[in-house]
Amino acid sequence: MTRWTPDPTFYASPRDAVQAPAEQLAYVAAFDRAAEKPDAIAVVDTDPASGAYGTVVGWTDLPHTGDELHHFGWNACSSALCPSAPHPHVERRYLIVPGLRSSRIYVLDTKDDPRNPRLVKEIPAEDLATKAGYSRPHTIHCGPDGIYVSALGGGSTEGPGGIAVLDHTTFEVRGAWENDRGDQYFAYDFWWHLTRDVLVSSEWGTPSMIEDGINPELLVGRKYGHSIHFWDLAKRTLVQTVDLGDQYQMPLELRPAHDPRKEYGFVGVVTSVEDLSASVWVWHRDNGEFTVTKVIDIPAEPAEAADLPPALQPFGAVPPLVTDIDLSVDDRFLYVSCWGTGELKQFDVADPFHPRETGSIRLGGVTGRVPHPSAPDERLAGGPQMVEISRDGKRVYVTNSLYGSWDDQFYPHGVGAWMAKIDVDTENGGMTLDERFFPHGDDFRGLRVHQTRLQGGDASSDSYCFP
Amino acid sequence: MTAGQLAALAALGAFHGLNPAMGWLFAVARGMQEGSRTVLLRSLPPIAAGHLASVAIVAAVVSATQSAVVGNVVSITGGVLLVGFGLWRLLSERHFRWAGMRLSQAQLAGWSFLMSSAHGAGLMLLPVLATTPMPTGPHTAHTVAAAPGGALQGLLAAGVHTVAMFAVMGGCAVLVYEFVGLKVLRRAWFNVDKLWAGVLVAAGALTIALTA
Repeated sequence: MTRWTPDPTFYASPRDAVQAPAEQLAYVAAFDRAAEKPDAIAVVDTDPASGAYGTVVGWTDLPHTGDELHHFGWNACSSALCPSAPHPHVERRYLIVPGLRSSRIYVLDTKDDPRNPRLVKEIPAEDLATKAGYSRPHTIHCGPDGIYVSALGGGSTEGPGGIAVLDHTTFEVRGAWENDRGDQYFAYDFWWHLTRDVLVSSEWGTPSMIEDGINPELLVGRKYGHSIHFWDLAKRTLVQTVDLGDQYQMPLELRPAHDPRKEYGFVGVVTSVEDLSASVWVWHRDNGEFTVTKVIDIPAEPAEAADLPPALQPFGAVPPLVTDIDLSVDDRFLYVSCWGTGELKQFDVADPFHPRETGSIRLGGVTGRVPHPSAPDERLAGGPQMVEISRDGKRVYVTNSLYGSWDDQFYPHGVGAWMAKIDVDTENGGMTLDERFFPHGDDFRGLRVHQTRLQGGDASSDSYCFP
Repeated sequence: MTAGQLAALAALGAFHGLNPAMGWLFAVARGMQEGSRTVLLRSLPPIAAGHLASVAIVAAVVSATQSAVVGNVVSITGGVLLVGFGLWRLLSERHFRWAGMRLSQAQLAGWSFLMSSAHGAGLMLLPVLATTPMPTGPHTAHTVAAAPGGALQGLLAAGVHTVAMFAVMGGCAVLVYEFVGLKVLRRAWFNVDKLWAGVLVAAGALTIALTA
């Protein structure tokens, strides 16, 4: 049933959203690499006043095994206030949770018991394949006219990957989003500039290129994705593709400015095959055409071969591997995960073309294995990976798993499972680890943890039509 | 048309004008995007034109038919239609779908036409129109020859309605853009759709009751 007044978690503008109350709960995707136990959504208490602060307080097992939960998102968000197709009286209550490996999509209802979301719908892989022609669903965004889901693979083929649209209310697969995809083949993340009718998409690889681990031959052969696509959001056609250069392998997460008057955004590139560095780029529009400019370079860190996993021994260095980035709602700070070196970097990007590093936190890392201050004897594996920022920008949450088979290559002795929270000085920049917040290991019941979604919305869940 | 009926038409126009989904919010968004009140003001006429077109079609058809058809067939059919449409709006949770924010003036009018039609804006006038005595031919009460006169009457009704809608919509848009700000939406964006659906059902029932 619809509401009488707009859902209180919808904000017309990012300016209003930064004043949102602090989140009480975080939802975390957890998966069993062995595919023996069901994957789950773990619910973590984020209320500092609560006795259970920083612990897992709720858990919803899914009915199948082997889904490999990865990214997920809300059924509705602030884009519901967009004036072209407003539907402000729907509720933000359902989590749309895809299995990246199984291609199933689950719908979980968080309303009645926010700590134990209830499964209300399961979209079988066949539906996604037959109705949209896709598999390996990944990113979810609540759009003005439906729920958009990116997918890495074709329905019964390797590709092309693309975007499927789900009905806002029934969650049925309505079909493929694209009218004309041009020569776009690889897919991964996507987001948009809603008021400009622009959709941006990035490239990883097709299922066979990623599911058994990163393939060194493909990587050295520069075969993974290295382009960014710009689409007409209203006409659903590809308008422009920008090739970053084939040495820049895997441009993944896309973070457009939240301010709808701005037309720039950031994309992280996992690695350059020339020197194993990672980079962050800015897309922006000049005279009608999009340009993508490199603004951050993060070099590889030399290491003894004996300290490296077999996959990295030939290189004698640890690549930073920028696997996730996240932009605060006020577009002021960009957080960059270096999953290889085990570092989270903070940049002041008030001037997006001249980022200024304002903070760094080391946790885990291939050779560093830096422990969390609350468990100083525990050498951590994995590194800060998925980053999520609270709407007010004051709290940042990170989890440590990248993707099952890739975890195993870079952290062959086990990646473990941990989640950390960082407090941010939003005035001057700077980050501090919260020693009270460190759910890890058995707290997650043997599962690995990936994306976090914050109750009520976060920096990567909502888009806005008003400045 | 009596003064009372004109007032009713204007009041319904004001009701449509107040609804953010009917257009003023889009005008505000366009103004804010460009940082220009002129853009906001320039967005209002196409939105009103689209609304007028949507309402006028229904009004003209209803009035013309009413002039040409004997008895209260129109009222009763219309009433049934209203109840049905209202119930569908009430029970269905589907919302208007439209992707795209950068619209030309013509596209904006088209958007407004579709938005108004999807919401059954014209149907809302049915109770007023169905109870309005229509101009009739010189000899008999109802002839096909009387239809054009009836249609004109319908267009007049749609015009009165839209002028009121335009005034209220413009007032809301400027007020929110200049003074109030969008935070007001969080409290004040009442679910008019739900209310509207209920009103449609009631209006349909009333039309049937008054004329049957």
